[in-house]
Amino acid sequence: MSRVSRQKTRTIFAWPLALGVATLAGLVLGLTGDGPRDIAAWALLGLAPLVILGALLRRAPDPSSSPR
Amino acid sequence: MTRWAGTYSWPFVTRNTIRTWYLIHRWSSLICTAFLLMLCVTGLPLIFHDEIDAAMGGDAESALAGAPSAESGLPLDTMLATALAERPGEVPLFMAFSQDSPLLTVTTGPAPDAPGSEMTLLFFDRASGASLGSAPGNALMDFLLQLHTDMFLGQPGMWVLGAMGLLFVLALVSGTVLYAPFMRRLSFGTVRKTRSGRVERLDQHNLFGVVALAWMAVIGLTGAINAFADPLIEGWRDGEVAAMTAAYADDAPLPPERYGSLDAAMAAAQAALPGKSPQFIGFPGGDWSSGHHYAIFFQGDRPVTQHLLTPALVDAATGELTDARSMPALNQALMISKPLHFGDYGGLPLKLVWTLLTLATIWVLWTGLLLWFRRSPGAIERRIEEIRTGARSKVPG
Repeated sequence: MSRVSRQKTRTIFAWPLALGVATLAGLVLGLTGDGPRDIAAWALLGLAPLVILGALLRRAPDPSSSPR
Repeated sequence: MTRWAGTYSWPFVTRNTIRTWYLIHRWSSLICTAFLLMLCVTGLPLIFHDEIDAAMGGDAESALAGAPSAESGLPLDTMLATALAERPGEVPLFMAFSQDSPLLTVTTGPAPDAPGSEMTLLFFDRASGASLGSAPGNALMDFLLQLHTDMFLGQPGMWVLGAMGLLFVLALVSGTVLYAPFMRRLSFGTVRKTRSGRVERLDQHNLFGVVALAWMAVIGLTGAINAFADPLIEGWRDGEVAAMTAAYADDAPLPPERYGSLDAAMAAAQAALPGKSPQFIGFPGGDWSSGHHYAIFFQGDRPVTQHLLTPALVDAATGELTDARSMPALNQALMISKPLHFGDYGGLPLKLVWTLLTLATIWVLWTGLLLWFRRSPGAIERRIEEIRTGARSKVPG
């Protein structure tokens, strides 16, 4: 359900914060090593595009069906 | 963190503060969007610079067999003599080494302080001594790189693009501030579909923007730092190099015919910095050295330090070491920011991720532009109200 009751700020930023931490960790890991660290960098940095893809593919609720 | 915990404690909820952040977001974005779209579009092929050069026959390196030119091969003096024989009347400006192959490059020009446009880059095989000719130019990639770096405007162009990078970061910050009240009643990742398309664009703008936020901030900041690369090098040369070579301050610049042995200079430098691998040599009188020294730049021997350079200054006439010091913190930040901006340090998969995130950035810019372009009269007040109260299901088209 996309419509939710009033969310706390920390709820709103939970996903963005986790993705931001993953991105920065990936950047640092990739820079500081090769081999396993590069693979970790790909995975951590790749999360952001995956999350966008997931959100776009998820069946979005159609607000036009609700009374306007 | 406790201030964030309560429902009503986000400090930006009043109408006036939202209006302020909204206007900051609108104008910081509007000013930099055209530049950023150009930077994204030119940056996409630049991510694959190495692969494109290789595919277009410019990969002289992979065909060479032998020890890396940074480690061993024919004497450097022999290689330099070969290079200068190809460019009669010119002087050496740089010699650069490969950590992976015998490829060795020499840059020459008409004078020690020749500008980049008058330089010639030559390729050699340090294992066999063979000349591999001029560096294969790629006019399209050079054009894109120049556009991406300074828009053919030199240092002023770099400053403009650096400022655009900082405005981009301001747009990211203000956009994040507005994200909180707007998303009060929407769960993360929601993209609402409507007939007008405005709400869908807005939701996509927010989703793409907040997910790619950290990456965009890093690219914007490192890009802005790169815009100040030349002044940072000049500052290093005029400050630290001048201090290291104070004893030479009153001497006239060393003329090229008095340059001494490169191999002796390299031996002296490596004695001072054991275990480090040379990356390139800046010849006397250029941006990267004093008027009297070979500046031999060494890279660290671990992955974390291989992006950091330590120069050893060797008297070009006598081959004696003058000083070797790591570069100042700002210059170190510049060196670290380069790979972080280019995304070229983690193999092809990292470049593909860089591509996807660049495409996401383009979409954020494009949807933002459309949201502004297709606004209607009085839209600002409605938008501010929409952000303040949180997105509603009853959508104003």
